[in-house]
Amino acid sequence: MIDVLYFAWVRERIGLPRETVETQAATVADLVEELKAREPRYEAAFADLTALRVALDQDLAEFDASLEGVREVAFFPPMTGG
Amino acid sequence: MKISVQAEPFDLGVEMAGFGIGREDVGAVVSFTGIVRDDTGAMEALELEHYPGMTERAIAKIVGEAIERWKLADVIVIHRHGRLGVGEQIMMVATAARHRVAAFEAAEFLMDYLKSRAPFWKKEHGPEGTAWVAAKDEDEDALKRW
Repeated sequence: MIDVLYFAWVRERIGLPRETVETQAATVADLVEELKAREPRYEAAFADLTALRVALDQDLAEFDASLEGVREVAFFPPMTGG
Repeated sequence: MKISVQAEPFDLGVEMAGFGIGREDVGAVVSFTGIVRDDTGAMEALELEHYPGMTERAIAKIVGEAIERWKLADVIVIHRHGRLGVGEQIMMVATAARHRVAAFEAAEFLMDYLKSRAPFWKKEHGPEGTAWVAAKDEDEDALKRW
């Protein structure tokens, strides 16, 4: 079980801010493939991974990172703070 | 040191009163305030979404790096979220250091990193609806100088 969070237009495209996902995915990329296979709205949100960033347990990570021991995964567009 | 992620406005005068004052190791204080600007002439509001928890964590990491690198005596970072009107304050940073160059550089470093590494997302509200603000390549490029 892993908590998956979505922010900004990723949240809007998928239609919810967070969900708990039952998964055996080994890496972030594997999780993305599982989510994309679910429904077109996930497919749309994850169509271009270069437009997305990922954080694992609230630290920025890469899409090939392992999910071992991770409790919280967040997907979002590049940040626009300041 | 003060880090605050908040919806409420802040009072720059109150925040800066006494900052870096009365100590022997501070010779320079710099502050920067970001204001909601309207580039199109039709913006009604700017909405800032953030990632509670990660936001504070990311800012603390950036502040820690700045303290270490420029030997800062004190730092303030305040960043607002929620719906902000044109002309309102979005955020501020302040740095206190032994010398001017360190205080200025550290403030710029903090700004560059807050723009691209703190999990905030801006959305513009206008008469024709809303639009997410896209990250700019130059903001990412700005990190390379550090």
